[in-house]
Amino acid sequence: MVQPRDAAQAAKPVERSVPRADAAASMRFRRAVVDRAMQGVLGLAAASSIAVTLGIVYILISESVPFFRAVGLKTFLTDTMWTPQFAVPRYGIVPLLMGTLVTTMVALAVALPAGSIIAIWLSEFAPARLRETVKPVLELLAAVPTVVYGYFALLFVTPLLQRLWPDLPTFNMLGAGLVMGIMIIPYVSSLSEDAMRAVPMLLREGSFAVGGNKIVTATRVVFPAALSGIAAAYVLGISRAVGETMIVAVAAGQQPLILDPARPLDAMNPGQPGATITAFIVSVSLGDVQHGEIGYQAIFAAGLTLFVATLGFNVAGYLLRKRFRQAY
Amino acid sequence: MVTAGLGTMDRPGAEQVEVREAALREAWSAWPGVASGRHVPPPIKADVRSLSFWYGKVQAVKNVSIPIADRRVTALIGPSGCGKTTLLRCFNRMHDLYRNTRYEGQIVLHPSGTDIIDRGVNPIEMRMRIGMVFQKPNPFPKSIFENVAFGLRMKGFRGRSEIADRVEAAIRAAALWDEVSDRLRKPAYDLSGGQQQRLCIARALATEPEMVLFDEPTSALDPVATARIEELVQSLKERVTVLIVTHNMQQAGRVSDFTAFMYLGEMVEFDRTEKVFQNPGKQLTEQYISGRFG
Ligand SMILES: Nc1ncnc2c1ncn2[C@@H]1O[C@H](COP(=O)(O)OP(=O)(O)OP(=O)(O)O)[C@@H](O)[C@H]1O
Ligand SMILES: [Mg+2]
Repeated sequence: MVQPRDAAQAAKPVERSVPRADAAASMRFRRAVVDRAMQGVLGLAAASSIAVTLGIVYILISESVPFFRAVGLKTFLTDTMWTPQFAVPRYGIVPLLMGTLVTTMVALAVALPAGSIIAIWLSEFAPARLRETVKPVLELLAAVPTVVYGYFALLFVTPLLQRLWPDLPTFNMLGAGLVMGIMIIPYVSSLSEDAMRAVPMLLREGSFAVGGNKIVTATRVVFPAALSGIAAAYVLGISRAVGETMIVAVAAGQQPLILDPARPLDAMNPGQPGATITAFIVSVSLGDVQHGEIGYQAIFAAGLTLFVATLGFNVAGYLLRKRFRQAY
Repeated sequence: MVTAGLGTMDRPGAEQVEVREAALREAWSAWPGVASGRHVPPPIKADVRSLSFWYGKVQAVKNVSIPIADRRVTALIGPSGCGKTTLLRCFNRMHDLYRNTRYEGQIVLHPSGTDIIDRGVNPIEMRMRIGMVFQKPNPFPKSIFENVAFGLRMKGFRGRSEIADRVEAAIRAAALWDEVSDRLRKPAYDLSGGQQQRLCIARALATEPEMVLFDEPTSALDPVATARIEELVQSLKERVTVLIVTHNMQQAGRVSDFTAFMYLGEMVEFDRTEKVFQNPGKQLTEQYISGRFG
C-alpha cells in the first residue's frame, strides 16, 4: 500500500523522539509559509490583469471626456460624416461603425458557416488520424500575421473579384471581409469542435438507436447539444472580426463611408471602400496629430466605442451560454 | 379455401389448436424445459444462434444461443462484465458504430426470417424495427414532442397530424401523458430522471418497433421511478417483445417471463423465470441467484 504523504508524515513523530517532532512542526510551518506566499503571488498576478484592464478603461474614458465636451455625445452619435482631417472637421461615428458592421458581416458570412461545417466534419466524420493533422494546419491560419492577409486581400482576392465585377474598386470592404472571414474560421471551428466532441457518446447512440444516420445525428442531435459552446465560438469570431485592424486598413481603403440619408442602404454595400473604427485608429496613429489635439482624442472616443461594442458581445455571449447550457 | 373464413379464425377448432401447439413445441424443442408439461410456449420472435462477438481480440460473447419469446419479457442476468450489454447491443447492431468489432453467428428475427447480423441487412432499418432504452436517460436537447417525433421523422413520416397522433400514442403507452400533455413544447431536460427515462421509452415506442431492448433502465433511478418503469415494461408486452438486462434479481423475477443467466460471455442457463429462480438447473445459476457472487 502506498500511503498518502501527509499520513506518513503525521505518523512519524509518534514513534520518534521530541526533537523530531519539532522538526516536523517547523517543516509544517515552512510549508504553510510557502503556501501563503504562492497564494500571494498568484493573487497578485490575477490582480495585475484586472488593474491593467481598469487602467485601459480609465485612459479610454479620461481621454474621451474632453473630446465629448468639445464635440458633444449627440453629434458623435448622429452626425453622418467622419472627417477629422478636414478644415471643418466632423465627428460622426456612424460611418465608421457602418464600416465595421459591413466588414464584420461579410467576414461572418464566411466564417460562421465554414467554421461550423468544418467543426461538424472534424468532430463527427473525420477519422482520428486525419483530425489530428487537419486541426493544427487549420490553426496555422490564425497564426499568419494579419498584415499578410491584408495584402492577400488587396493583391489576390480583390483582383479575382474584379474579374466577376469589373466595377469593383481596388480598395473595397468585400475582399477585406472575405479574407477576414478566412482568418477567423479556425477560431470558430476549433472551439465548436471541442464543444461537439464533449457531447457524450450516449446521446449519439440515442439518435442511432431510433434510426438516425450520421448526418442527422451530427446536425440535429450533437450540434444542438453543443450549442452553448458553439455560441461561445461564434461570439469569439465576432469579437475578432470587430477588432480586426490590419486587413481592413490595408485592403478596404481608409476613407469613411459617406452616408446619404436619402439612401441609407447604400452604406451596406460591401463593394465600396470604407474605413472601420480600427482602421481609423491606426491611420491616425501613423499620421502627425499632436497629443492633446481633438483629433488625437478622437482616437480614444473611437476606441471607447469599440470597447463598449465588444463588451456588449461578450455579455451577449455569456447570456447565450447560460441560456443554452445543457446538463447532459 | 372456403373453410378459412373469419368464423374459423375467431374460434379455431380443437384440431387447429393442436397443430399450432405442436408447431410451437417443435420450435422450442431445443429448450425442453420451456415446452414441458402443460405449458404452451409462445412463438419465437428472435432466435439467437451460436452468436459470438469480439471487441478487437477480446471475445465478449461466446457462442450464445437463446430464443426470445414473442410479446414476452426476457431478462438477461449475470455478474458485471459477463457480456449482457454486449449481447443486447448485437440486436440493434449498435456495435457497428465502433471500429474493430466483429460478430459471428445469427440472430433470426421472425416472422420475416431476417438475420440481424447479416452484412446485407441495413442496420438503420433494423434499428427502426428494434428500439432501445439505455442505462441512463438520454433525451435529445429538444422539446418533449420532438424527442418522440424524432424516430418518426427518421422513418419518413411527414403529416403533421399523423405525427402528432403517433407521438401522443407513444407517450401514453409510456405512461407519461398525464404529466407532460400540457408542456409538450418544453425542453425534455426539464423533466425528472424517471420522466426522462419514460420519455426515452416513448421515443423507442413511437416507431412501433417489434422489439424493445432495455439495458438496466432503472439503474439511475430512485425506487418509486423504478417501480413505474417496471410496471411499464410489463404492460409493454401486450404489443412488443422485450429483452431487458438487469443487475437486480428481484427485478428480473418481477418483470420477466423468461430469464437467461450469463457468465463470462457464455450462456449458462435459459428457462422460464420461475424455473430459473425456484429450481435452477445449474449450480452456477443457483450460486448467483442466492447472492453468493456477482
Ligand atoms: N468497448 C469495449 N472494448 C473492449 N472491451 C469491452 C468493451 N465494452 C465491454 N468490453 C468487455 O466486454 C465484456 C462484457 O462487457 P459488458 O459491458 O457487455 O458486460 P455487462 O454484462 O453488461 O456488465 P455490467 O453488468 O457491468 O454492465 C467485459 O469484459 C468488458 O470489459
Ligand atoms: Mg452492462
